[in-house]
Amino acid sequence: MAEIHLTDLTKSYGPTEVLHHIEGHIQDGEFIVIVGPSGCGKSTLLRMVAGLETVSSGEIRIGERRVNELEPSERDIAMVFQNYALYPHMSVRANMAYGLKIRKLSQAEINRRVEEAADILEIRQYLDRKPRQLSGGQRQRVAMGRAIVRDPQVFLFDEPLSNLDAKLRVQMRLEIRKLQQRLGVTSIYVTHDQVEAMTLGDRLMVLNGGYVEQFGTPIELYDRPASIFVAGFIGSPAMNFLPAEVKDGSVVLSNGVIIPVESPKEANVTLGIRPEHLQPEPEGAIALQVEMVEQLGANTLLHGTLQGTDKALTASVAGHATYENGEFVNFSAPASMLHLFDPETESRLEL
Amino acid sequence: MTDFAPMSPAATQNRNSDVQKLALRWLLFAMLGLFALFYLMPLFVMVTTSLKSLEEIRTGSLIAFPRELTFEAWRTAWSGACTGIKCEGLQPYFWNSVLIAVPAVLLSTGLGAANGYVIAQWNFRGANLIFSLMLFGCFIPFQVVLLPMAMMLGKMGLAGTIPGLILTHVIYGLGFTTLFFRNFYVTIPADLVKAAKVDGAGFFRIFWSIFLPLSLPIIVVTVIWQFTQIWNDFLFGVSFSQAGTQPVTVALNNIVNSTTGVKEYNVDMAAAIIAALPTLLVYVVAGKYFIRGLTAGSVKG
Repeated sequence: MAEIHLTDLTKSYGPTEVLHHIEGHIQDGEFIVIVGPSGCGKSTLLRMVAGLETVSSGEIRIGERRVNELEPSERDIAMVFQNYALYPHMSVRANMAYGLKIRKLSQAEINRRVEEAADILEIRQYLDRKPRQLSGGQRQRVAMGRAIVRDPQVFLFDEPLSNLDAKLRVQMRLEIRKLQQRLGVTSIYVTHDQVEAMTLGDRLMVLNGGYVEQFGTPIELYDRPASIFVAGFIGSPAMNFLPAEVKDGSVVLSNGVIIPVESPKEANVTLGIRPEHLQPEPEGAIALQVEMVEQLGANTLLHGTLQGTDKALTASVAGHATYENGEFVNFSAPASMLHLFDPETESRLEL
Repeated sequence: MTDFAPMSPAATQNRNSDVQKLALRWLLFAMLGLFALFYLMPLFVMVTTSLKSLEEIRTGSLIAFPRELTFEAWRTAWSGACTGIKCEGLQPYFWNSVLIAVPAVLLSTGLGAANGYVIAQWNFRGANLIFSLMLFGCFIPFQVVLLPMAMMLGKMGLAGTIPGLILTHVIYGLGFTTLFFRNFYVTIPADLVKAAKVDGAGFFRIFWSIFLPLSLPIIVVTVIWQFTQIWNDFLFGVSFSQAGTQPVTVALNNIVNSTTGVKEYNVDMAAAIIAALPTLLVYVVAGKYFIRGLTAGSVKG
C-alpha cells in the first residue's frame, strides 16, 4: 500500500516530447484510471511508473521512495498486460510462482500464496493447465493471480480487458473493482474505454496528446468537464457542442435562439449540452429537426440538426417515443446543465 | 414424365468429368512414381553396387541386383580402405567429423540463440545494423573466407587442428543461426519480456527460463541445418586440416581418388553411403520437426 507522486513528469523520444509535465498525487488504496484516445501517451505513462520506460525528466515516487532509477522488480509493483503475457510453456501454477521463485521464497510459502490467490480468483482447478488450454477470461484471471501473489504496493493494469468480448468485459470489470477494494492496493488502470473508466475509477486522469486534461472523480468530470475534450470524451452519447455568443446575460445560438444564463462576460463561446439534459417541452426554445431515431428500449435517441442550422444535435428522451423523420421537436435546457467553453483555448468558462 | 426421361445432359456431363478426373489422378500418380524412380536410381545403384563383389561388378549390369550378397566392401570402406599411404578406412575420419560437427553445431546454435534473443528483444542502438551485417555473412561464399581464415587460424596456433575447424564452422554458421533465431524470437510478444522483468527476472534468466524453452522448433531446424552443412563440408575440411584431423568428406575423396590399380567401385560406394548416413539419419529422426519449425514463425503459440 502506498501513495504515488508524479511530479513534473515528461517523456521524450529524441527531440519529440510525448508526455508533458504530468502532475498527479495518488492516495493510498486509490483506484486511478488513466483514460484517453489511442496515442495519447497513457500506456507510456503506465510503463514509466512500472519502470519499463525511462523517465526523461521529473520524478516518480512510490511511497517514500524515488523510483526513477529503480528496476521494475525493485519498485514493488505488479502489472497485468493487455495480452496477458503469460509464459506459454509454464503451467498456471508455475506462471504465478515465477516471480516468487526469483525472490527466493520458500516452496511452502510459494504454494500457500499461489493457492490463496487461486482461491480468490476461483482458478484453483486450472492450476496445472497450460495457458493455451484456458479461455480468455481464465487467462485474464491467471494474469491477475500473478499480480496478486506478489503482494505488491501498486497494481498496474494496461488495458487488461480489451481482448475480451463485451459481456465478459463487464463481468471482469466488476470483479477487478471488487478485488481491488478487498485487497486495498493502490492501482493504476489504463483504458481507452470511457465507460470502463467511469465505472472503475475512484478518480480519472484524462490524457490527450500527452497533456493531462483533467484529473478528478467521475462525477466531477461529468458535471464540470474542464475542456471540450473531456466534455466530449466522458458521457455517452457524447455532448452536443454549438457555437454561440454571450450577450446581455444570455447565450445566443447561431439561429437566434436565446437561452438566459448568468454570465458576466460578453464573448464568443461554445455551448455544450448533454443529450440527456435536453428536456422535451412543447414551448422549449431549442428545436431539433429529426434525421434519425435510435430506439434503445430504456430511452430513445434523436439525431438531427438544430433548427435553421446544419449543426448536429442529439437528444436522449426517456422511454419509447415515436417521431417522424423531418419532424421538429422542441426542447428546453436548464441553465444549470449548460457548459460554456472558450472556442479558442477549448477550456471551460465558469458561469 | 420427367421420371422416365433419359439421363439429362447435365448428368452425362457430370459422369464425363468424373471419368476425366479419375484419369487425370492416375496420370498424376504415374508421373510422380516415374519421377520418384528417377530420383531413387542413383541410390539404388549405390546400394546394390556396394553389396556386390568386384568380380560381379565387372561382369554384370550396372542396375542388376547382386547375385551374391557380400558386405566385404562395407568392411573395407569402414576399416581397411587406403587414403593415400594409410589404410585404415573411413573409421578414424568419421570420428573426426563427429568431433568437429557436434561441438560446432552446439556452439553455433547456442550462440545464434543468444544473438537472436538480443537482436529481437533488447532493442539497443545499432541492433538492426548489426543484424544486417550478420545477415551479410550468410551471403559470403566459402572461398572468400579461406585466406583470411587460414591466416587467423595460423596466428591463433589452431591451423590444422580440430578446434580450428570447429571455430571456422561456428563463425561461418553464426550468420544463419542468428537469422533463424532472430526471426523466431521477433514473433514472441515483447510483453512477455516486460512481464518477466516486472517479475524480477534479469537478462540471462529471461533467456534461459522463457526463451529457450519456447525455442524447440527453431532449435531443431537450426541443428539440422548446421549439422548438414558442417558434416557435408569439404572445402573448409580440405583447407584447414592435416593428416590425422581430416573429416570424413576429405577421406572419402582420398579413398575414391587415390586407389592404384583396379578401381574398387563397391568400396567407393559403401564409403559414400557411410559418409552420408548421419545426415540422412538426422533428417529421418527430426524431419517432421524440421517442416514444422520452418513454418513455426507464422504460427502463433
